[in-house]
Formats: sequence, structure tokens, C-alpha cells
Amino acid sequence: MSLLSVLSNGELPLAVKVNDLSITYRTTFERKPTLKQALIRFGRGQRAVREVEAIKNISFDVRTGTAMGIIGSNGAGKSTLMRAMAGILPPTSGSIEVWGRASTLLALGVGFNKNLSGRENIVLGGLAAGLSRREVEERADEVAEWTELGDFIDMPMRTYSSGMSARVEFSVAVHMKPDILMIDEALSTGDAQFREKANAKMAELRDSARAMFLVSHGLGSIKQMCNEAIWLDKGKLMMRGKPGEVVNAYMKFVKVKKSAAAMEDI
Amino acid sequence: MTAPSDAREKRARVSRARQAEFEPVYHFYGPHRAGLPPLIPYFRELWRRRAFAAEMSRADMRSANTSTFFGQLWLILNPLLLAAVYYVLVTIIRRENDPAFFAHLTLGIFAFQLVGTSVTSGAKSVTSSGKLLLNTPFPRLLIPLSAVRTAFFRFLPTVPVYFVFHAIFLTHVWSPKMLLSLYFLATMIVFAMGLAAFFAALQVYFRDTSSFLPFFVRIWMYLSPILWAPEHILGRFSGPIITLIQLNPMYSMIGGYTELLQSDAFPTPYMWISAAVWALAAAVIGFLYFISREREFAVRLV
Repeated sequence: MSLLSVLSNGELPLAVKVNDLSITYRTTFERKPTLKQALIRFGRGQRAVREVEAIKNISFDVRTGTAMGIIGSNGAGKSTLMRAMAGILPPTSGSIEVWGRASTLLALGVGFNKNLSGRENIVLGGLAAGLSRREVEERADEVAEWTELGDFIDMPMRTYSSGMSARVEFSVAVHMKPDILMIDEALSTGDAQFREKANAKMAELRDSARAMFLVSHGLGSIKQMCNEAIWLDKGKLMMRGKPGEVVNAYMKFVKVKKSAAAMEDI
Repeated sequence: MTAPSDAREKRARVSRARQAEFEPVYHFYGPHRAGLPPLIPYFRELWRRRAFAAEMSRADMRSANTSTFFGQLWLILNPLLLAAVYYVLVTIIRRENDPAFFAHLTLGIFAFQLVGTSVTSGAKSVTSSGKLLLNTPFPRLLIPLSAVRTAFFRFLPTVPVYFVFHAIFLTHVWSPKMLLSLYFLATMIVFAMGLAAFFAALQVYFRDTSSFLPFFVRIWMYLSPILWAPEHILGRFSGPIITLIQLNPMYSMIGGYTELLQSDAFPTPYMWISAAVWALAAAVIGFLYFISREREFAVRLV
């Protein structure tokens, strides 16, 4: 059965289905949870776990060929949603179904071993993404070349600037033949020329990948790259629709003028 | 577009189809925070990604040894210096010099280091994996297992070093039954995997675990037949204490290992059985505990 075929009723098959998803996680507010702290707390009868309701009863489905933009204020649950769809965070209730292999480029960056060279990190990143060694070795040089880092690619990543690390991370994410690409605030550190190149690559992937998710505060790039958008606020799904309408509603909600800063690229 | 990119696209489509055939591309994520995921797909995925664990361990070893003067040589120097220190210590305490005992000591220390470093570095492996764990989905058990692989590859260069001592001090002991010692080495590795997984998960909840562990490991080493041989204690203590000493998993593992390699004696059936039972019990408990907790790691590490 081909997943890319069109269903009998004329609709494209689903790529992602999020069903009544809630994510409440318990995390400690201690900087470092230690046994000592646990004993002290136990003596005082305190609990150190705090419940964070990051996602509240969200449902949506994404069909093949969708480039979905996710917008919302800081702490709205955008990154949590992405992590859940990537299978990193477990749902508290509800479910997520994903048809295809996801490649993630999430907010914190890939960040492998800083003592290794960019090229070695590319290999490690590919293997982490689930490719076989042969597939990774086939791609490694292509990816390394795509970063345009020149000789730096064989130097330890601790010598890289944040923009150079971002290039390596982006290249790994987009070259691992993802079915579903998830990009979270990826290119905020790239320079103009690299952003241009990255945008072109993402446009290319939007056409070849089954689905793409883009989290960004750059509303302009959401409008430009995506054909659908959802807006999250405090864990709730506020709106879903065409990027233009969602962006306008969101800007009205947060009372931001259509300024150059808000529309600035990712 | 141009012809090469068309060809590439076709290749990509073919490989995607091939991939769809061999690996599960459908994922269902439901709520099971503290429960166990389906274990057979989990371990199948774990096995499929073994190259990643291997690469992670290789990368660790590369980055750890490139910045020091002696580099890779430290892998041999470190246990050798340790053996020398303990040999001096034991010689002072016993007031006798027994070169054959030096061979026993080095063999025991090298093997114990394999388990000890697996446990201590395995414990830190998850909490120090940082962004990797926060951003990439894969069976997390690969992280502590990669630490055990590192420990094993650090152990390997000590094997030829030991046999040099063996050739010098124990020239008369060479027999085919020495090969059976691999059984005890295997139990030690499985045992170390279980412990590494267990302590790696514990470390997420109690970050001082890794501070306790070195002391725990050190005491454990003194309780294991490394600085002493099993025959030293058998006449000296009474029944219950002997039983306690023999309950130590390392008694059977290191004891059986050194007996097979260094003496004409054959390990008792108790040693063979208890080594396997301890190894399997540690692996089952450690792995299951780790797997049942691993999906919570991402929120615990932030």
C-alpha cells in the first residue's frame, strides 16, 4: 500500500492525527533534584513536583502535503506539541498518530558532542535520526558540503559560533530524507545568506516530504512557507485555518501592529 | 529541474519505498508515562539503532583521549598504575612479596574496572546526554549501553597487558579451559549493562547518585576477590559470613574468571549458576526499570 496515494474519497491520506491530546507533566522546581533534597523535603512533608499543563485537549489532523505553521506566545505549548509529535514527550491523555519518519530540528538544537568535528556530528546526528551507517556515510559529505563551512567542518564544534552550529544542525535535519519535518525556531542565528538557502531547502522539502511543521515567531515566514496554520495559547488550540487569517487573528489578539519586527523572518 | 536532481529524487523515492517495506513508519503515541512500551518493537528498534550507540561510544573515546599527552596510552597506564598501587599496599599489609599474586591482582582489577566504570559512567550517561535526549526520539536504553560499550573497549587493551604478566609470573598455567573464562566475562558484561541502566535512571531522579557511586564501587571492590583470593578467606571465617561473602555477585564472576585463568581448580557449580542468575536478574530489573521511566526523562532533564 502506498502511503502517498490518494484515498478513494478524493482526500489525501493523513500524515499526523492528534486526538484530544493533553500533556501535563510533573517536573521538579529544584535546580538539581538530589537525594539530600528529597530527604529534607520528606522531613518537612513537602512535595517538590509541580504540574505543568502544557497542552489541553488539542485535536487536529494533518493531511499529506500540508506545511503547518504553529504560532503563539512564549509558553503557549508550541515546543511541547512538537516534542510530543516527534515521540519525545508522552501524552498524558489522548493520542498522536504519525505516518512516517519524523526529522526534528527543535528549539535547543541537536547539540551532540562539542569536542567532535562538525563532520563527525553529522554522522552521529544521522544515526540518531535512525538511518543506517551506510545511508549516513552516503550523505555525510553532501551534508558537510551543504553547510558551506569550508575547513571548519573538520574542526571541533566547540570552536564554532552559534550560527555555524545552527548550519550543521539544520543540514542534518533536512538531509535525512524525512517523511515529516519539524522545525522549531531553527534559523534565528543564521546569517542572511544561509537563511535564504535554508528557506529554499525547506520549500523543496515541503514539496517532497509528507508534511512539515514550522514553529516560528517570524510571522512573515509562516505566511510565506505554510499553507495552513494553528495558533496555540496557554495550551489551548485557539484557531486553525489559512496562515494569513490565523496570523491576523493572532496579531489582533496580542495587539501587535503589523510591524517589520513581528514579520521578520525566522 | 535539471537531470541530476531528478535522478536524486527518484533514488530518494526508491529508498523511501524500501524503507517503508522494512521499518515501521507508523507511530502511535499513547499515554504510558510510567508503564512499559511494547517490548518486542522496543528491542527491535534498539537493535536497529545499535550503530548509533557504537558511534556515540566511539565519539566519547575519541574526544576523551585526544587532548592528553599520552592519549590512548592512558587506557593501559591507568589500570596498571592502579594495580601497582594496590600491589604495594597489599605487600605492606601482608609483609610478604608474592609476584604471582600481582598477576591475580591485575586480572581482578582489570575485570572489576570493566564493571565499575560501566556503572559510574553509565549512571552519568543519561543526565549528561542533554539536548540529544530532549530533541531526538530513540530507545533511550542505547545511552547507558553505549557507556558499557565504552567501558568494554577500555577493558580490551588490558587483556594483552595481563597476558604479559601471566607469561612472566604464571608460566606453568596454560590450558584450554582458560577459554571458559569468557563465560564469566560475558556475565560481567550483562551484569554491568543492567546496573548501568538502573543507575542511569536513578540518577535522573537523584542527581547525587553519581557522587555516592564511586565510594560504593570502591567498597564493593574490597569485598570482591581481588585483593584477596577465595582460598584466603575460606578457613578464616565461619559459615554465615562466608555465605554473605559468596552472595556478592562479583564473588562468583571475578572468582570464576580468575580461577579459570590462573589456577588448576575448576569453579564450583555455585559460581557458574550464581554468576548467570545475577547477570540476568540485573539485566531484567535494570532494563525494565529504565524503560518504564525513560519517557519521563525528557521533562525531568529540562
